[in-house]
Amino acid sequence: MRRLGRWLLAVVVAFLWRRREREANERIVPPGSPDRGAEGLTIALLFAAALAAVAFVVVYAIDGLADSTQLLGVALGVAFGCLAGALIVVAKRLVVSEEIDEDYPEPEHPEEQERLAQLVEESGDRITRKRLMIVAGGAAGTALGAAALAPALSLGPALGTGGLRDTPWRRGRRLVDSDGRPLRAGDISTDTFYSAFPEGAKMDKIGSPLVVVRLEPSRLRLPPGREDWAPEGIIAFSKICTHAGCAVSEYRTPLFEPTAPSPALVCPCHYSTFDPAAGGEVVFGPAGRPLPQLPLTIDASGDLRAAGGYSGPVGPAWSGVRSGGT
Amino acid sequence: MIRRAIRFLDSRSGSAPLVRKALRYLFPDHWSFLLGEVALYLFLILVATGIYLTLYFEPSLASTTYNGSYEPLRGAPMSEAYRSVVDISFEVKAGLLIRQAHHWAANLFVAAIVLHLLRVFFTGAFRKPRELTWLVGLLMLFTTLLEGYLGYSMVDDLLSGMGLAIGYSVALSVPVIGASLAMLIWGAPYPGDPAFESRMYIGHVFLFPVLIGVLLTVHLALVVMRHHTQFDGGTRASERRIVGVPTFPGQAPRSLGLLSAVAALIFLLGGLVQINPIWQWGPYDTGLSTNGAQPDWYLGWLIGALRLVPGFDVTVGDYTLVPNPFWGGALFPLVVLLVLAAWPAAERRFAADRATHNLLDRPRDAPGRTAFGAAFLSWVLLIFFSGSADRAFVFLGLSYEGQVWVYRALVCTLPIALFFIVRRVCLELQAGEQLEHERERAEHEAVTGAA
Repeated sequence: MRRLGRWLLAVVVAFLWRRREREANERIVPPGSPDRGAEGLTIALLFAAALAAVAFVVVYAIDGLADSTQLLGVALGVAFGCLAGALIVVAKRLVVSEEIDEDYPEPEHPEEQERLAQLVEESGDRITRKRLMIVAGGAAGTALGAAALAPALSLGPALGTGGLRDTPWRRGRRLVDSDGRPLRAGDISTDTFYSAFPEGAKMDKIGSPLVVVRLEPSRLRLPPGREDWAPEGIIAFSKICTHAGCAVSEYRTPLFEPTAPSPALVCPCHYSTFDPAAGGEVVFGPAGRPLPQLPLTIDASGDLRAAGGYSGPVGPAWSGVRSGGT
Repeated sequence: MIRRAIRFLDSRSGSAPLVRKALRYLFPDHWSFLLGEVALYLFLILVATGIYLTLYFEPSLASTTYNGSYEPLRGAPMSEAYRSVVDISFEVKAGLLIRQAHHWAANLFVAAIVLHLLRVFFTGAFRKPRELTWLVGLLMLFTTLLEGYLGYSMVDDLLSGMGLAIGYSVALSVPVIGASLAMLIWGAPYPGDPAFESRMYIGHVFLFPVLIGVLLTVHLALVVMRHHTQFDGGTRASERRIVGVPTFPGQAPRSLGLLSAVAALIFLLGGLVQINPIWQWGPYDTGLSTNGAQPDWYLGWLIGALRLVPGFDVTVGDYTLVPNPFWGGALFPLVVLLVLAAWPAAERRFAADRATHNLLDRPRDAPGRTAFGAAFLSWVLLIFFSGSADRAFVFLGLSYEGQVWVYRALVCTLPIALFFIVRRVCLELQAGEQLEHERERAEHEAVTGAA
């Protein structure tokens, strides 16, 4: 009986002890009073988010709905918006806002630094020719790195840059429009511009597209040697801007005074402006070279044909574009 | 229940002490500290919407004829890449929403990064011990610019083709090695090898996102290891003690709320506000371009720079050394990157300040830095706005050529003037505060003295 009593006492004491221990484990997050209004709002917002997400699925499932992009966007937006609202109510009203302070991490650990240095130094104790070792290791690393990068050279003809000067234009090649119909001299009028391509060649090569305009022959001020490059005042240039490779697809022409001083070809990317009457010379903007001119002839049937190659390399410049090499 | 889950995880991973520490990690409270978080969340949204888009996008320049439901393009020859994006817009359910959300998120991602960068700069948060965080962040910004450029370039619509032609010209314009560089990247003279499309694709959906992810991880790890900076607002905050809200329960619902709000904004924009309607631009061809072409906003500074440079190539004899696009397209962004990268070291040197800083400056507290920042920012912004001179011509009728000359003049003068003005303003503000303090102290002394 006494034994049983002691046992009971022990159990009670142990129980109480445990409870005390629990209580001694003080709160981490400070207590706060409930806020039923905020709770209700959060719950409502969460249900609203769920509803909007379901609406998204429903709109998605309906075929042939007009404005489905707008409805889908609104449904998803509202779903996330309600979720955001719920979380913000939780953050502002339901969670106890604590402002805690603690130490910043140590700016430095001098002892650890010393240990690290020691570790590295002692590890190399057995090596006597350290400098040679570093040179050899560096050589191995550099060479292996270069070897690993070498296959990347197959990406493109890094040393064969001669292709930059290739164009499909040859003496006698006919000018056609984008549908392959020949451009006839008689169809070229003033006050507008035409795009032309080499007959039977790829249209998308940078050397292919031309811009063709007709000017008063008396107004032409072509550089020496190009006197017969523009029959009847019909003049052709590479359509690719010599600045940054966009297509020169604006023609500023004075339809009435005093809109513009003289006809000009303009690139819409950076507004390099070229004077067709002066052989494509730059009159404004960032281009560093004139537009390459293509000499034209009119054949017996009235079609426009190239009378030779361009006056210079086509398209944007690279180092050496003006000299023979690349 | 909670205890059982925690016991299960801790007995397997031993992570309870670490998790507890993470949950009580402190976040100092200021609205401007959320900008970086906004950027982070936009990155998550970009990855999520981007994964969805890869399921439908076809990175191929093989030609095909459009046969889909968008009437004006029917029968038009185009690349598989462009066709697949038109299909994402019109045939794939919710495709247009996700595509537009992705594009909006990209635009806002860069904006959030830039604002975050400005906040960090003007408060001096980049100072020791956080210079590496600053550098990694800068690299992330520039990687993001390339990532965005690739994203809209691989669609193969008219605008993306024009953008690529400019990119090609900038690569080609690098002195001496430009031609080889462009050939390596494009595989052939412009428009390049058809394989270029799949190279852009793997760059956009794998290489660059992974690089951004790695940089992001390093960036955040550095932030956590050094803890956040804070303003000297309360009584307890100091260089040695950080005051803030713990991750849990305080910061978590706020931050997730921010994520949800950002997602809500992106999907509302994606659903309601049209962006990059590629079906209107049409397919690209080398010989085509359009007026009024504007890139995504974050490349505006480069188009402005390309437009402002006067027309010349640097030649030595008849050898062309520096083709024109190099200045605006390559050197200008490089200078911006290098100046920003070098700034923390430069400030350490010029201000002879090698101390560790955990407290932030207000802009007026560091007149030299604030003045330099304002000048440098105005320089980049002027060049940025000059890129819209053609729009100003269309909408306001201002002469384009006249505007370019005004911008050229302003770019050279305004930043210098602004430097002196801003520095003066900072000093005046400081002096005003000093006066205020002295007046208060005098009043206080007078009151206590009378007592």
